[in-house]
Amino acid sequence: MQLNSYQPSHLDATFAALADPTRRAILERLMNGEATVTELTKPFSLSQPAISKHLRVLEQAGLVSRGRDAQKRPVRLEAQPLAEATVWLEHYRQIWEANYQRLDTLLEELKATTAPPKRKGTKQ
Amino acid sequence: MNLILTTPTDKEIAITRVFNATRQLVFDCYTKPELLRRWMFGPNGWEFSVCDIDLRVGGKYRYVWTGPEDASMGIGGVFKTILPPEKIINTQLFDQDWTGGEAIVTLSLTEQDGQTTAVTSILHSSKEARDLALQSGMEHGMEMGFERLEALLNTL
Repeated sequence: MQLNSYQPSHLDATFAALADPTRRAILERLMNGEATVTELTKPFSLSQPAISKHLRVLEQAGLVSRGRDAQKRPVRLEAQPLAEATVWLEHYRQIWEANYQRLDTLLEELKATTAPPKRKGTKQ
Repeated sequence: MNLILTTPTDKEIAITRVFNATRQLVFDCYTKPELLRRWMFGPNGWEFSVCDIDLRVGGKYRYVWTGPEDASMGIGGVFKTILPPEKIINTQLFDQDWTGGEAIVTLSLTEQDGQTTAVTSILHSSKEARDLALQSGMEHGMEMGFERLEALLNTL
């Protein structure tokens, strides 16, 4: 078991960072490859400082990193924390789904037993 | 019939699922102990030992699952709103209170063409509590996964 790698504080930062739609859009853009701040600013109706602020939140959450190139400092996606957060949600989802699949079965059973042939007015 | 999991706000988890049955039937499966205990399971191999439901506003419910070596997991709360067969709002608190406070759970059922969409919204007391609840799913899920793997390995 490698549960130690899922530290709550670490995931807190990931979830806080992912809670904002602009930051999610930035991550989506970065899935196509690294980009400069200028390039990232273009698709959004936001100022460059506003985008930089979002990038700092993403960087602190470990979701993106900045390149060394002093001029451009391209932004790139760091996949690991994102993957961890997704795995986390996926397992929560699976627990509910396991219960709901049993409920599906039960509902089918109940439908079969509680729905007598009513078509011809068979009153009890 | 895919389950959709979203986090609408910092403190919330919402789970949406469609069932191929009327909402009266789905409502019954959530509110009648003899039906609820047939589908709402705790961890694998645990027994649903207590399932008490006093279905009225202000009434209490209590569920306990018992596992190996007398381990138990209990959960309970009070019904705030009951509108059969479309809505139930109740509080929810784990005995161990590992999420740090009560959550408010809203179950909404809508029916169309004989199918029922169930939306369960769990509003936790804080963002931290919400994240802890999600994390418990992770650990529980991993445990179930490993148990399944173990079962599979035993057959090889």
